[in-house]
Amino acid sequence: MSARVDVRKTYKLYIGGKFPRSESGRSYEVMAAPTGRRTTPRFLANAALGSRKDARDAVVAARKAQPGWAGATAYNRGQVLYRVAEVMEGRRAQLVQDVRDAEGLTAARAEAVVSAAVDRWVWYAGWSDKYPQVLGGLNPVAGPYFDISAPEPTGVVAVLAPQASSLLGLVSVVAPVVVSGNTCVVLASEERPLPAVDLAECLATSDVPGGVVNIVTGRTAEIAPWLASHRDVGAIDLTGAADADGVDWGELELAAAENLKRVLRPGGTGVTAVEPDFEPVPDLSRLSAFLETKTVWHPKGR
Amino acid sequence: MSTATDVDATARAREILGVSRLTNQALTRWLHGLPGVDQVGCETRAAGLSTRSIKTTSKAWAIDLAISMIDLTTLEGADTPGKVRGLATRALVPDPTAPDTPSPAAVCVYGDMVGIARDVLGDSGVKVAAVATAFPSGRASRAVKLADTRDAVEAGADEIDMVIDRGAFLAGDYLTVFREIAETKEACGDARLKVIMETGELATYDNVRRASWLSMLAGGDFVKTSTGKISPAATLPVTLTMLEAVRDWRDLTGEMVGVKPAGGIRTSKDAIRYLVTVHEVAGEDWLDNHWFRFGASSLLNDLVLQRQRMATGAYSGADYVADDAPSGY
Repeated sequence: MSARVDVRKTYKLYIGGKFPRSESGRSYEVMAAPTGRRTTPRFLANAALGSRKDARDAVVAARKAQPGWAGATAYNRGQVLYRVAEVMEGRRAQLVQDVRDAEGLTAARAEAVVSAAVDRWVWYAGWSDKYPQVLGGLNPVAGPYFDISAPEPTGVVAVLAPQASSLLGLVSVVAPVVVSGNTCVVLASEERPLPAVDLAECLATSDVPGGVVNIVTGRTAEIAPWLASHRDVGAIDLTGAADADGVDWGELELAAAENLKRVLRPGGTGVTAVEPDFEPVPDLSRLSAFLETKTVWHPKGR
Repeated sequence: MSTATDVDATARAREILGVSRLTNQALTRWLHGLPGVDQVGCETRAAGLSTRSIKTTSKAWAIDLAISMIDLTTLEGADTPGKVRGLATRALVPDPTAPDTPSPAAVCVYGDMVGIARDVLGDSGVKVAAVATAFPSGRASRAVKLADTRDAVEAGADEIDMVIDRGAFLAGDYLTVFREIAETKEACGDARLKVIMETGELATYDNVRRASWLSMLAGGDFVKTSTGKISPAATLPVTLTMLEAVRDWRDLTGEMVGVKPAGGIRTSKDAIRYLVTVHEVAGEDWLDNHWFRFGASSLLNDLVLQRQRMATGAYSGADYVADDAPSGY
C-alpha cells in the first residue's frame, strides 16, 4: 500500500463567473464544528479572506450581469435555476460532507439538510414565472385606463448569508433574490464558508450567467459595511448580521439609508437579533423584499 | 522657452540633420540612425511602473490632475449637435455634486462640430480640439487635408489633431510625411497641432520612435498615439517610447513637445499609471495639461467615481455620474 500525499484545499472567491484569489492575497483556516470528545478543532480547508476590494469587484460584476439576467424570460430563468438544483443533486456527497463538517451534524441529519436545500432551490425556481401573477395584477381604477402593476427586480442585492445554517439558510436567502432577475453579492458565513464554496462550484458548472451570483468568503464585520454603504447596491439582506462577530446591524442599516437601499432585517432587534429558522417552507416575503412595483396607466381605446 | 511655431520647419530640420538639402534620403538616414527600442526592456519598464501604489492624498491629487488632462472626446458618425453640447456642458461641470472638480483640458470633436462646442465653452478656458486631415484614415489629397484643417481653425478650434499618412510612413516616404505635418502646422496658425501616429498600425516601437522624432522635427506641438478607431490604441510601452522621445528632443533642441495617449484608457488606475510613467520618464515638467493629455471619454466618469469614493468614503455607482451613452431618442 502506498501512502498518498494529502491534497490540501485552498478555496477561492466566486466573482463574475470566475474563481479569483482575494485581491488581498489573504486566506484563513476553516475548522470543523466541534463534535464528540475532540478538544482541538479539525482543520478542513483554507478559504479566501476577501477584502473590501473583492466586494467592490463583485458589485461591478453583479451590475454588469444584471440587465441580461433580468432581461431573460421568466421561463428561462426558471429553467436555468432548476439546472442548479440538478447539479447540486449530482454533488450531493460533497455537499453532505461539507454541511456535516461545518455544522457538526450526523450523517442522516446532513442528508436531510441537503435534500431540504435542493428542494428549496427547486421551490424558488418554480416561482420565476408565477410570482408576478401573485404580486402584480390589474388594478380596478375609476377612469378609462387599464391599470397594471408588475413587480420588477431591484437590481444588485448584497446578501449577508446566515452564519449558522450554512447551506439551507444560504439557499433560502440567495434563491429568492436571483429568481426575480436581481443579481447578488453574497457574503458567506464567516465560520462555515465551505458549503457556500460548494454552491459556487454548482453555479459555475450550471447555466447561470457569470456575475448573477457572486460569493465572497471572509470576515463579515470587515466587508459588510462596505456593501451597506455601496451606492451601486440597491438592497441589502442583513440576515447574516445576526450572531456575526463584531457586526452591528443597526450601523449597517444606517449606512444603507444613505442611498435608500431596501433592507431586510434579521429576526429580532439589536443584540437580540436571531437567525430565522429555515426549516419550514417559506412564504414569498424574501422574494417580494427585493422587488419594485411598476404601475402602468394605459388609456383604453375605443 | 521657444516654441516650434516661430521657425521654418524645413530650415531647422536641415540644421538639425546637418544637411544642405532636406531629402528623403537624409531623413531616412537620420531616423534610422536613432537607437533602436529594446522591446522587452521597454515593456518590462512599463510593467514595473504600473506596480507603483499611489494612495490617499497623492491619489486625490493625481485624480484631479488626470481630470484636468482629459481631452473629452466624441468622434462618432452619429454625433449630433445635442450630444456635442452635452459633452461640452459636461466639461464645464464634470460633477454637479462636487463643484470643485476641475474641468477637462479640452473637448475633442470633428471639425464640423467645432462651432457648437465653441458656443457652449466660450471663454471658460476649456479648449476646443478638432480632428482634421481626413481623420481617422488620413487618406485624402494634401489640398483636402489642409482645407479641412483651415476650416476647423476658422470655426474656432484651439487645437488640431491631425493623422499622419501611415501608408507613406510605412513605405519609407518620410519626406512626404514631414511636408504634410509642416504644411498642416502652417495651416493651423495659432492653434496647437497634435500629430497622431496611429501606433496600432506602425507595428514596432522603433517605428513609434521614428514617427515621434519626425513629427517633432516637422513642428508638431504634441505627439499622440492613436485615433481610438484601431485596436490596439494607446498602450503604456508606446507612450513610454514617446515620452523618451520628447525628453530627448528637449535635450537636443530645448523645446518641449506634449504627449497624448488616446484610446483604451478607461479607469483611474490606468490614468495614474500613465502619470507615474510621465513623471519617471519625461519628468515633472510634463505633469501639466499643457504638455500631457488623455484622449478619452469614459475615463472622466471613472475618475469622478473615484473622487466621490474618496469624498464620501463609500463606493459610488453609475447612478451618480452622467450617462456617457445617452440613447438616441
